[in-house]
Parts: sequence; structure tokens; C-alpha cells
Amino acid sequence: MTRSEDIHDVVVIGGGHAGTEAALAAARMGASTLLLTQNIETLGQMSCNPAIGGIGKSHLVREIDALGGAMGLAADAAGIQFRTLNASKGPAVRATRAQADRVLYRGAIRGMLEHAPDLAIFQQSVVDIEIEDGRAVGVHTDMGLFFRARSVVLTTGTFLGGRIHVGLENKPGGRAGDAPSNALAERLRAMPFTVDRLKTGTPPRIAGDTVDFDRLEVQHGDEPRPVMSFLSNADDHPRQLPCHVAATNEHTHRIIRTGLDRSPMYTGVIEGVGPRYCPSIEDKVVRFADRTEHRIFVEPEGLDTNELYPNGISTSLPFDVQVALVRSIEGFERAHITRPGYAIEYDFFDPRGLHHSLETRTVSHLFFAGQINGTTGYEEAAAQGLLAGINAARRVAGQEPWVPGRHEAYIGVLVDDLVNLGTNEPYRMFTSRAEYRLRLRQDNADLRLTPVGRDMGLVDDRRWRTFESRRESIRAATAFLEAQRIAPDSDIAAALAARCGESVSKESTLLEFLKRPRVRASDIAAAVPGLAAFPADAVGQVEIQAKYDGYIRRQDEEIAKTKAREEVALPDDLDYAGISGLSNELKGKLAAARPATLERAARIPGVTPAALSLLRIVARRHAESTRTEALERSA
Amino acid sequence: MTRSASADTIAAVATAPGRGGVGIVRVSGPASADIAQGVVGKKLTPRRAEFADFRDAAGETLDQGIALYFEGPHSFTGEDVLELQGHGGPVVLDLVLSRVLELGARWANPGEFSERAFVNGRIDLVQAEAILDLVNSATRQAALGAVRSLSGAFSEHVHALDRRVLALRVYCEAAIDFADEEIDFLAESDIGDRLEEIRDVLTALRSEAAQGALLNDGSSIVFAGAPNVGKSSIFNRLSGDDQAIVTAIPGTTRDTLTADFDLDGLPVRVIDTAGLRDTDDPVEAEGVDRTRRAMAEADIVVEVVEDLCAGTAPTRRQAPTLLVRNKTDLSGREPGCVEAGVVRVCALTGDGFDDLVAELKRLAGYRSGEGAFTARRRHLDALDAAGAALDAAASRLDEGEGELLAEELRAAHEHLGTIVGETSTDDLLGEIFASFCIGK
Repeated sequence: MTRSEDIHDVVVIGGGHAGTEAALAAARMGASTLLLTQNIETLGQMSCNPAIGGIGKSHLVREIDALGGAMGLAADAAGIQFRTLNASKGPAVRATRAQADRVLYRGAIRGMLEHAPDLAIFQQSVVDIEIEDGRAVGVHTDMGLFFRARSVVLTTGTFLGGRIHVGLENKPGGRAGDAPSNALAERLRAMPFTVDRLKTGTPPRIAGDTVDFDRLEVQHGDEPRPVMSFLSNADDHPRQLPCHVAATNEHTHRIIRTGLDRSPMYTGVIEGVGPRYCPSIEDKVVRFADRTEHRIFVEPEGLDTNELYPNGISTSLPFDVQVALVRSIEGFERAHITRPGYAIEYDFFDPRGLHHSLETRTVSHLFFAGQINGTTGYEEAAAQGLLAGINAARRVAGQEPWVPGRHEAYIGVLVDDLVNLGTNEPYRMFTSRAEYRLRLRQDNADLRLTPVGRDMGLVDDRRWRTFESRRESIRAATAFLEAQRIAPDSDIAAALAARCGESVSKESTLLEFLKRPRVRASDIAAAVPGLAAFPADAVGQVEIQAKYDGYIRRQDEEIAKTKAREEVALPDDLDYAGISGLSNELKGKLAAARPATLERAARIPGVTPAALSLLRIVARRHAESTRTEALERSA
Repeated sequence: MTRSASADTIAAVATAPGRGGVGIVRVSGPASADIAQGVVGKKLTPRRAEFADFRDAAGETLDQGIALYFEGPHSFTGEDVLELQGHGGPVVLDLVLSRVLELGARWANPGEFSERAFVNGRIDLVQAEAILDLVNSATRQAALGAVRSLSGAFSEHVHALDRRVLALRVYCEAAIDFADEEIDFLAESDIGDRLEEIRDVLTALRSEAAQGALLNDGSSIVFAGAPNVGKSSIFNRLSGDDQAIVTAIPGTTRDTLTADFDLDGLPVRVIDTAGLRDTDDPVEAEGVDRTRRAMAEADIVVEVVEDLCAGTAPTRRQAPTLLVRNKTDLSGREPGCVEAGVVRVCALTGDGFDDLVAELKRLAGYRSGEGAFTARRRHLDALDAAGAALDAAASRLDEGEGELLAEELRAAHEHLGTIVGETSTDDLLGEIFASFCIGK
């Protein structure tokens, strides 16, 4: 039992995907950590669709996993269907998606929390954050308890000022069935953060025994079955279930159109901005009026429930319209809705008010992570939680924050996009957001991040041993291919030509030969004895690195150019309005983002090379005059 | 003093464009010595002027002049610096600069030499204040230069090309990021055809642009003023027999005239406009409208007034303005330059025109940003780079490597973006969401 007079290194508010990763990361690093949640039963709850991963998202999960996080392991423990997405499109954009049993997922997360040393859980609603001299020093709960903290991580999701809409009816709520955090929302609105509203939505849930599955298209998981975590194998997965695919029709669309006059979206009741990539079914019908059908992915909610999640018909239409539209769908004629769909509006804070460490600019030792920063998705939340937990612990230990670069991790892309550009819709990760996509792959997340995770105390011995053995296999396989030379008229050249149709015209190493687009590592393994002795995943990694080698080197040059600009610091209090050479539009953008370095300024749309020259000079002048002032004061 | 070691070497024409004077190509950065070796064929002794031939890759002489080499930190920028002082002429200077770029330098951004000088501690805080203004003005001038160089057909063509590449990227990126949406770009033969079409358009545009057919060179000088103050008489005399007229095209409206000619080696385009006054006549209103637009894009505005009327200061504008007080025959005052920016002339007799031309040259030379020649070369380079990326994209498509196709398209799009402006990731995503019904 946690006594309120204890001082915790890190207090985390919220037990969702951000909060649990934050608490686990801080505790792994040895910080004494307290996780405060409104309800212990909902730790690790998937509030929206029962799936983890997807394109861009599984990239985040693999990075979280490479840093010792929980999400990948929990997805493997709870996954009831696994698919490899973009299997035909090349390793950089290949992704993994898992349908997850909600109960198993919650159980896996809770188990990890309960078994973590240095981590305590306490069920209490937080109503205020205590701030002394611009620094967060603790939190107050609704029972009047005060928990003193050296740093605080706030991960309140959609609970801040949450309001749930079904048709024109609306009521306060943080998620269907849970109360919002209104007292805290009010307190935070009084603090110097820029607050705005976003919205998101969910579909109605359906009872599986009222659906005619014979009339739906069946969708099985992929074989060989992929895994989420670097530590898992397919044997860790529970029993597997198929998904199904249904579709709306013109009749459905007519029903939706007649209900629009009672839609909170179309009557202006909802002001928050929703995501463009996850539109409600009414949005899809209005915006793409010529489409005669929209696909619905019918996802099981778990092994021990027959409840279904019809992914694709998120809606806030009135309940009677929801019933009619669901029953107009083939296979759903007799469907019973178990929970209505709804839209939820909630507060978020402009992430440009944060440092890249996710610490707020205005209150020190206070970190924000998850939907509170304007993102959507479990994976995006978990990634931020991990980063905030790491940096909260490092802050307490007096260490510099850790912020991965855009070329090092999707986590780096995510945080840089948020902090540098802000967002005006719920932010979701896409691979197209990563300019160094070819190097940020899910297959090499461990190679990119596990060593730094080990240095920071995030990676335990078991994971480290697994990693070291894999890294050594990759090194050895690379060395093997580099050492083998093939001469044009050799037997090996003939064997290779027979297998993959590529001839050897001048002597080269097998590694060079592997770089050719049509050559597969399996061809070489068949023609050259010895390669098959290396583990398949190591050989696969060598193959990927060989294929992308030219592109990676081209990107290395781009990255080198950004480095010089990264070294020029821009002062936090720079007066952009006073720089005469900048356009008013740029002044506004820069003042809002307050980029910490010249490189971050360079990535703001509209910033020209000439503007960068100006900024470089202004930064230097600012530094010189600050030093002069300091000298004068000390004299 | 900290010396930041710049990784790259920059180059630019350091003198105002114009024939007759000395034209200097300045180079700064670690590759300066090697570039000197490449251009003049020998190792230069620091701080000693050497007369030399400036040669191209084939060894042909491009120009003759003085080559000067300074070793950092004892140079203007604090880095290794090479100065090639030739005989000027925009075309020759451009050739020398091209040679320097070929040897590994890159284009300098406006104000970048001064910026490096500042960063390397070669100039102090007071001078830095002045540089802010310089960069500021250079930026504005460069922006004007880009507008001018991009005016008309060239701009439209590159924009169209940019949009087509964007459309293709939208398709590919959507197929990658939304694999469930059944957009299988590799399976659609259409992509190859679209890629080929884009490549053909680019090739055609590249060859037209290389001939200069679609680009305007030189400074644009716009004549403005009330009706009947003698704008047209001055225009006619300026573009008359003592100047080499290249073309004289009737304007797009019945009351503007454009003439391209060579002002002592300085290519200029002179635009005579409708008088500025309020009018109800729709045709004249259109003329006035165009006048205002021309003035907004002008490098130099020549404001003509009658010498008899009061007031001496030219109206403040973005572009440098020359106030011409016409009809000295009526005022009886002495023709000639009154002060910097103000000239008295008599269009009837031609008195004062020598001073008028001198002032115009001074103002045209004031344009310290990149000249149209530089802008054009930069654009051609960008088109070439985009073309190369599109070629690579086509072969990636043939190999069925979707993510690498997308990578090459991104590169092509970025190169075009250096001409017409970048497309941000968010804009790209916006196009995807507008084009496809995305999302579950």
C-alpha cells in the first residue's frame, strides 16, 4: 500500500496504453513509480477496435518492444489473428496486425504491471497537479490524498472534458461506461497550455449469434503466422479465429442520408475535428457519394465472447438509424446491437507546447503523453508513454533527455511532427510521414534501438542475450557473403545463373551479387554451401540490408546535411516577430513551434533557405548578446 | 574564435550583372583549391593574383582573367576562397560558374557568403546587423527573380508536371499506407504508362527550357505614371535606334508594350503600362489592373512625372524606383541626374538620357540576388535531377519494388518542388484522403 507521504520519483496519471508504458519504462530504469488510475479493472483497456498494429503502427510497436516495452508482448499473448500487411511490397513497408482478445490483452498488461519491481498501482481519480515555482511536485486525488512526486506524467486520453454523442443526445463521459475527468480538465484549462477539442468515434457492437456468417467473406490469418515481439514465437499465441468482411449497400447509404438531420456532426453540435483517415460511415457516404459500397471488417472481440466489432461503420447517428443501417447489411439482417456507436469529443493540448522529451515548456517535471497530445491510436499513445516515462526518470536522475532522431525511429518522427508542427486532427502514424522510411523498418527495430535501450536500463538480460545472439548471426552471415568471391566462369556462377537468371560478368562478392533486385538469398543458399547454416532471420536481415544499401547510403548523405543544422540551437525566447526579413506567415509558424534547433525550423513547411540564413544569424547574435549581458552583470 | 567547418563548397556570381565591368565568380569552402586546379589547371599560391585561362572540362578557354586564392581563415568568409575575375558578360559568367559547379560546388543561397563570414567570426555584431538587411533584400530580390523567371508558360508547365507526379505519389503512397483499401498499384499497368507520359513531358519541357524559349532573362523595368506625362516617348527613345532591340511585342492588352533589349550588356525587359487612374471603362480598368501587377513583379519601377509639377521624392515601393521628371523643355530646368534616383530628361530631344541609362544600370546592378541566368540554370538542374529519379522509378516499377518506386517518386517530386515550392507530407496525406475513401 502506498502511503501518501512517500515521495515517488515518477507519478503516472492514467492506466491506458500511454500510462502503462510510461510507468513500466520508468520502473525498469529504477525510478520508484506510482501509477494512478480511476479503475484498476480497465488497465490496458482497448477502448476502440480490438487490434494492435497495422502499417506504420506495428513499426511503433516493434520499436516499443525493442526498448523493452509491453505492447508487443501483450499483443502476442492476446492475439487471436495475425496478418502480415504489404507482404508483396518490400520489407520497409511490411507490417504486422493482430486482432486481440480484449480480456487477454488487459490481463497481459496488468500482469506485467503487477510483476514490475519499483512500480505501485493505486486506484484514485486525480483532480489537481501541485505546482511550485513552475515545477510539478505532486498530485491531489478526489479523496483528498496528496502524492508527492519528483516528476509527473499525465496520460488522460479522451477523459479530459470528454463528451459522448449519440444522435443529438450527448452527455459527459471518458469512454462508454466511464466518467470523464472534469475536475482535472478544469484545473488544466487554467494552466498556461493551449487547449483545443478533437473528436473520434466507434461503431455499434454486434452480438455474434445474430449474424449470418455464411453470407460474409471469411478472412483467415496469415501462415506462417507473424509475431509482434522480438521475444515471441507463434507458440505463444492463443487459439486463432478468423475475421469476416461485410459491405454496405445503396440501401444502407439511403438510410444514412435520411438520418443526417439528426447527426451531431452534420448539425454542428460537435465542434471537435475528427480524423480524415478514419471517417464515420456518414462521412464516407457524404464525401464519396458515388461509391455503391463500403467494406466492413467484422472483428471478433475475443475468444470467450461472441461480441463483434464491425470496423468501418463508426457512427454518431441516432440509435434508431444505427439499428436500421446495421440491419440493411447483408448477413446482418437480424443483427442485435449490444452497444451503440458514438462519437466522443475531448480536450487536447497543443503539442507545440512540449519539448521533444514530452516535458511541457511551461511547467517543468511535467510530461504529457498519448491522446492528450492530439494523437489517436494505441500504438501512438504507447510510444509517447514510453518516451515520457524514460524522460521523466532521466529528469529525476539528472540526465539529459533521450530523443530519437527522425532517421532513427518512428518514435522520433512522431514526437518531432507533434512538437514541431502541432496537429489539427487526431494524429496517426503513416509510413509516408517518415522520410527515412527505408531504414525505419519493423525488421530492424531491435538493431536500431535495443543497444540504446540497454544503455538506459530499459532492456533486461533475457532480451539483451536474444538480441546479441541475433546481431552476431547477422554479422557472421554478412562476413560469410563478403568473403565469398564468385568468378565469371565458375561452377557457382553457373549454379546461380541457373537459379535466378542473373549472370556474373565480372568477379564480385556474394554480397554484391545479392544486391541485384532479382537475386534472393534463398537462391544463393541453394547454390552455395554454407549460407543455410545461418539462422533464417539473420540471412533475411542481410538480404534486406543488401537490397537497400544504395538508398541507405543516399539517405546517409541527407542525414549528414541535417546534422550541421541540428547543432545550431535557437533560443526558446527568440522574438520571431522582431525579425525583419521573415514573412508574417513564417513569423507566426515559428513563434507557435519555437523550434529548438535550426534543423527543426528547416522542417516547418514554408521555411526557405534564406529564412534559415536569417535564423542562423539571429541565433548567433542572440547568443553573443546573452553572453555580453552575463559578462556585464558579473563585472 | 570558433571556425565551423562547412562540409560543402558554395559558389555564385559576386558582381552585379552587366557588360564592360569585371565579373567575379566567388567560391567558398573546402573544395576551393581543387576547383581552382580544375579551372585554371595549376595550383594557386594563396593571396597572389595570377592571370590565367578559365577552362571547361574539355580544356577549351571560357574566359581569361585573374584567379585569386585565399586560404582560410584569412579570407572574407573564413574558409578557403577562390575568386575568378573575368571579363564579365552574363553568358560568359554563367559558363564559368557552371564549370565551378561541375567541379563540386553548389549554388550559394542568397546571403550565404556573408552568413559564413559571420558564423566564422570574420565580421562583428555591428556588421551582422547590416547583413540582416542584406540577406533580407537579397531574399526579396530572389523571390522577385523567381517570379519573373517562372512567369508564363514555364511556370505552368512545371506546375502541371508537379501535379502529375503528386497524383502518382498519392496513388503509390495510398497503396502502401492503406493496404486494406485494395489499391494495388503494381498490378495496374496504368502506372507505367503514366510514368512514361510524365517522363516525356519533362523531356520536352527540358529541351524547350534549355533553349531559353520559355524563360525571361534580365531585369524587368516597368514604366508607370499618370497618362500623358510622356512615358511612351521615353520608352520609344530608350528602346530606339541607339539600343539593340531584340523584340517589340504588343502587350496582351491594347495599352501595354514590352521590349527586350540589351542595356550595355545587361539584358532588360522594359514594359510600358497604362496610366494609373480610376476609371469606369472596363477595358481601361483591365489595363490599370495589369499595370499594378507588372509593377508588383518589377525589378525597377520608372515613375514618370512632368518636371513642372511639385514633389521630388519617388513613391516608396518594394522595387527600387527611379523618378524621371520629363519635359524640361517646358520647365526650363537643366536636364540630368538631380540626385540618386531622380533624373530630369526631355524625351523630345533626348537630353538627360545618358544619365537616365546610367541610373537604370545602377539600379539594375543593385539587384544583388540571383540573376535570371542563375535561376534558369538552377531550374534546369532540378529538371534533370527529377528526370533521373523518374527513370529510376520506371526501373523500380519493372522490378516490382513498390516502396523503391515510391522513394524515387518522392525524390523527383522534391526536385520539382525546388522550382515550384515544396509539398508537405500533410498536403500529400490530404490528397490521399480526398482521392480515396480511406479508413475503417
